[in-house]
Amino acid sequence: MNKKLTCFAVIATLVLCRQARAEFVVEITRGQAEAIPIAVVPFSTAADAAASFDVAQLVSDDLARSGRFKTMDRRDIFDEPHTGAAIAFDDWRRLNNDYIVVGQMSAEGPDHFNIVFELYNVLTRQRLLGYQIGTNRAGLRLASHQVADMVFEKIIGVRGAFATRIAYISVLGSLPNKSYRLVVADADGENPHVVMQSNEPLMSPAWSPDGLSLAYVSFEDRLPSVYVQTLKTGERHRVSARAGVNQAPAWSPDGKKLALTLSTRDGNLDIYVLDLATSALTRITDDPAIDTEPQWSKDGQSLYFTSDRAGGPQIYRIGLGKDDRPRRLTFQGNYNARPRLSPDESQLAFVTQEDGAYRIATMDLHARGDIQVLTKGRFDVSPSYAPNGAVIIYATRDRGRGVLALVSADGRVQERLASSEGELQEPAWGPF
Amino acid sequence: MKRLASISLLLVAAVLLAGCPKKPTVVEPPAAGSRIPGTSDAAGAAASTSTRPLGADAGINGKGIAEGGPLGRKIIYFDFDKSEIKPEFADVITAHAHYLTANAALKVKLEGNTDERGTREYNIGLGERRAQAVRRALMLQGVAESQITTVSFGAERPAVDGDNEAAWAQNRRVEMVYAP
Repeated sequence: MNKKLTCFAVIATLVLCRQARAEFVVEITRGQAEAIPIAVVPFSTAADAAASFDVAQLVSDDLARSGRFKTMDRRDIFDEPHTGAAIAFDDWRRLNNDYIVVGQMSAEGPDHFNIVFELYNVLTRQRLLGYQIGTNRAGLRLASHQVADMVFEKIIGVRGAFATRIAYISVLGSLPNKSYRLVVADADGENPHVVMQSNEPLMSPAWSPDGLSLAYVSFEDRLPSVYVQTLKTGERHRVSARAGVNQAPAWSPDGKKLALTLSTRDGNLDIYVLDLATSALTRITDDPAIDTEPQWSKDGQSLYFTSDRAGGPQIYRIGLGKDDRPRRLTFQGNYNARPRLSPDESQLAFVTQEDGAYRIATMDLHARGDIQVLTKGRFDVSPSYAPNGAVIIYATRDRGRGVLALVSADGRVQERLASSEGELQEPAWGPF
Repeated sequence: MKRLASISLLLVAAVLLAGCPKKPTVVEPPAAGSRIPGTSDAAGAAASTSTRPLGADAGINGKGIAEGGPLGRKIIYFDFDKSEIKPEFADVITAHAHYLTANAALKVKLEGNTDERGTREYNIGLGERRAQAVRRALMLQGVAESQITTVSFGAERPAVDGDNEAAWAQNRRVEMVYAP
């Protein structure tokens, strides 16, 4: 056992410390007709080679990937102003740009850089943003994502989520020698780090509300256990390894409890709440059906979950008071499962079955109208909202391979994130 | 200016966080009886008994299933979205029930699996339901409750890769894994 652990630790350390290359490239499969035209002019850079990082390209890619912007192709950029004073607004307007971003990056020391950028309205020539960001080399990508976040928020009026992270499961190898990795990457798929690796399945990564830890299910002992792992230190705790099923962890909004799925000896799955400090366990549902896939409401007072108590799986909500009874929320179709609540709690995203295919759907929680099916794949599962609620990431298949994809919460913009290796599953978008 | 300062602070914090994480440390000791990943259960079965049909060539590697008798068949297959045991597997259940009642020290682990369709955690429930169906069938024929454990892998451990019915049919299964 010790040998196995040591061996694992060595492999894990090797993987962790390698700056792995990007796992995805983005292809936009369906765009938005009314995307806003914007030009992000290449930034002037310091002369030394170390400073060759392309801030403007990253900002431009982020904005394009949001589906809300139509970014000017680098090859079409005819002039390279780096300050507002140097912008020939009439020329940019003739090329139908509504907005323009200009800026400079300079090296202030061996590992200190300054990024200065400005956002202008091309029509009014008004300066909308002007900021300076200091960073070291390791922070250049993050700083660039923050530039994109500020531009996005200024123009769209919604907080940007480019400087956030995602977690997902990557399965490598083929039967019977598969290996499973829990990966944390930037929201654009760059900078992936393996935080856990096993020869047995890993499942259901869930971010703590503070973004510092992940809960997940590991079958490393050929039985399911729920672990909580701190990302910065790698330290992990096994928080649930009871007889039977230990599944589907979900953090309470205050980060002090996990909702999870456990089973009785005769295999009845129900939802429980585990207090992480005291290990006290409270049973929430009590029904002979499968009750699983819990998700908390923002106020921590109720849980959304999947149950097949009425036959097929449907989505229910239960208050956490002593006498609360579950209430069914979905009635359309015979398969609605794995609810995820939008950050503003206005809608649920979940998996629905349509013509024998599994697709991502949403339902408005206030209007209670029909469900809206957002995707067109056959195996679309595991939806997860970006923390700004604008986009949903999910798992799908592309030419027989597991990949991740994005769809805007209104269904109008779709993108596929093409992975360079492995089968990608169960994306979970981290908090701001 | 205030905004700038807070951005810089944020950046410093983020950069600190972005450092290379240390190796995962297991805080709790692993459960007794855990096995090294990658070792096959079929090999374990071979060590448990001299009965030939339970040898290493039967079971999860798929070899030798056809030529064995009912005791040599250790996988029960299910229809889509179903956990009822089909009549064609009745003799397999009976053979294993007899074997387990005659060898009360033997333990069997029932591993429930589904095909890849549907949500992952709900599939864990379906896999558990299938394992429980086999457990009940064995207990109805006299196998002691203490001889049986169940685990569900849902869609996570397919026997065959592929997104077509031929693959799915082989993945909707309960594997009977003997342990001494």
